Amino acid sequence: MKHPTYGLMAEFDSPHDLVEAAHKAYAAGYRKLDAYSPFPIHGLSEAIGFGEKEDKVPLAVLLGGIAGLSAGLGLQYWASAIYYPLNVGGRPFASWPSFVPVTFELTILLAAFGAVLGMIIMNGFPQPYHPVFNVDRFALASTSQFFLCIESEDPLFEPDRTGEFLKSLQPREVNEVAH
Amino acid sequence: MELTQPHSHNPASEIARQKRAEVVGGGHSFGSMTDKIAAIVLTSKTPIGWFAGFGLAFTLMALGLGSIGALLFLGTGVWGVNVPVGWGFAIINFVWWIGIGHAGTLISAILLLLRQQWRMSISRFAEAMTLFAVACALLFPILHTGRPWLAAYWLLPYPNTMALMPQFRSPLLWDVFAVSTYGTVSLLFWYVGLIPDFGNLRDKAKGFARYIYGFLSLGWRGSAIHWHRYETASLLLAGLATPLVLSVHTVVSFDFSVSVIPGWHATIFPPYFVAGAIYSGFAMVLTIAIPLRKFYGLEDFITMRHLQNMAKVMLATGLIVAYGYAMEAFYGWYSANQYERYMIWNRMTGPYWWAYAALIFCNGLMPQTLWFKKLRSNVSFLFFMSIIVNIGMWLERFVIVVTSLHRDFLPSSWGMYVPTVFDWALFVGTIGLFSTLLFLFIRFLPMIAIFEMRTILPATKEPSPEGTAVQS
Repeated sequence: MKHPTYGLMAEFDSPHDLVEAAHKAYAAGYRKLDAYSPFPIHGLSEAIGFGEKEDKVPLAVLLGGIAGLSAGLGLQYWASAIYYPLNVGGRPFASWPSFVPVTFELTILLAAFGAVLGMIIMNGFPQPYHPVFNVDRFALASTSQFFLCIESEDPLFEPDRTGEFLKSLQPREVNEVAH
Repeated sequence: MELTQPHSHNPASEIARQKRAEVVGGGHSFGSMTDKIAAIVLTSKTPIGWFAGFGLAFTLMALGLGSIGALLFLGTGVWGVNVPVGWGFAIINFVWWIGIGHAGTLISAILLLLRQQWRMSISRFAEAMTLFAVACALLFPILHTGRPWLAAYWLLPYPNTMALMPQFRSPLLWDVFAVSTYGTVSLLFWYVGLIPDFGNLRDKAKGFARYIYGFLSLGWRGSAIHWHRYETASLLLAGLATPLVLSVHTVVSFDFSVSVIPGWHATIFPPYFVAGAIYSGFAMVLTIAIPLRKFYGLEDFITMRHLQNMAKVMLATGLIVAYGYAMEAFYGWYSANQYERYMIWNRMTGPYWWAYAALIFCNGLMPQTLWFKKLRSNVSFLFFMSIIVNIGMWLERFVIVVTSLHRDFLPSSWGMYVPTVFDWALFVGTIGLFSTLLFLFIRFLPMIAIFEMRTILPATKEPSPEGTAVQS
């Protein structure tokens, strides 16, 4: 069953209130929820159940790094020893010490792409439209205000009870989020 | 930034707050700080001085374009390079610009890893400076090929018509990879840093600008889960950029030190080049930051503490550079090699003695003034010093390139190097390009990382009911 609303959103004035509210909401059993803040707040994502283990960006960086390392070493080995071996004063074709700089740079390059693309893709960007933007005061989420949204997909979600619960957290106001 | 203990009022946080006060002044709230920085881009009337500065920069850039036109039409003969000095201005300016870029990465990556909060207000434009400096630097080797439209065959691993690949054992090829990786990673780092601020500008902007910033923000909405991945990505990027920035000038120094030319073939080159790069980069950050904070009234964000810290970094790296000069002279004598000895003697007393003397004055003597706190806290003096250091570091590259090449092993092949008007026009043109890009950046992008600055505001640590006061 699809709810008529995306969820309910409470607005707070300070990062402390938001972290406390997030902890209480998670403790109350809500799992489909998200917090919004104008700057990173340490401990906030953990409060809503997103910890180090759920974060796969480091894996993307590792894979990028391995890809760069193999590509760099592979390209130079292939070009110097297989594709066009050139005898320069009897030096070895696979002269790996002189392959180090290019290998190193490509490792860094692809690892950096892993970090950036990993972050962008896992965050679901680019995503120009999202229901939370339908709340007028949400325009302040990028400047000075702090929001907690409990989504209607949560099994415990029930418009009246969830609304009461959010009001009990002493927010500035509670708004319904349209789809 | 840590918020594990809400409502903590212990003495440690009290001390931390006092320390922060020096990094951000003026008792700003989230809203007032955002307004102050974002207004430069969004609402304020563009000051007349901006148009004057942009016009001047654009004119200089046009001069450089004219020089490039002459180069492409007539050939590299319009430059002063010839046997025995085949590298001249192209490599001098390339190394100078690349070095300037290093401060941006140092500020945004290494100081981030070291958790230096003072870096936050200067990191954004220092990173922009890095990008623009790398763009200027890249022009020189590409133009030095004489036929830049064919440069891909010579620079990239792409076989030519005889199936030959570039030489992977050459430092010049390593340079291609190092500098292009550096430029790309700097761009990624800079863009990632801008995403949340684009989201902020999207919410504040009106009209067409709203769509542009909205497009660039990728739909950023400040979700806690997004912030988590964002912070991880930033931290890992910083961890990757740190060895990268050290490797870039190391590889640039290999262009010289892997050769067997007296004056170039020295093991001290990599560390000495990296220190010199940071030294010149911080000088350029000061050259830009001092007028910026004055004209845009950003004294609350770029405080005296920032300027003094940068002066200290300049002093420390300046001493390493001066040590490098002393070691070069020592090696020349200690090598007991007649060519090495002659090179250093010729460098000090030969026809280019004036360049060496000016170099020692700019990079050896003048930085010593920064030992004095009184001079470190004098803004005009710091600006003057930053110009001196920029000149000094340019002279360093001139001395290394020209005096090592112009009198090599055989006296019959000695010669002099004189840059032509086209050399100078191109150099001045890159300064124009750099300034043009910088003026555009200041006008269209937030020059201070707004979201990062919020994390060091006192309001982040204390619950303050300011919601009513902050309306966009």
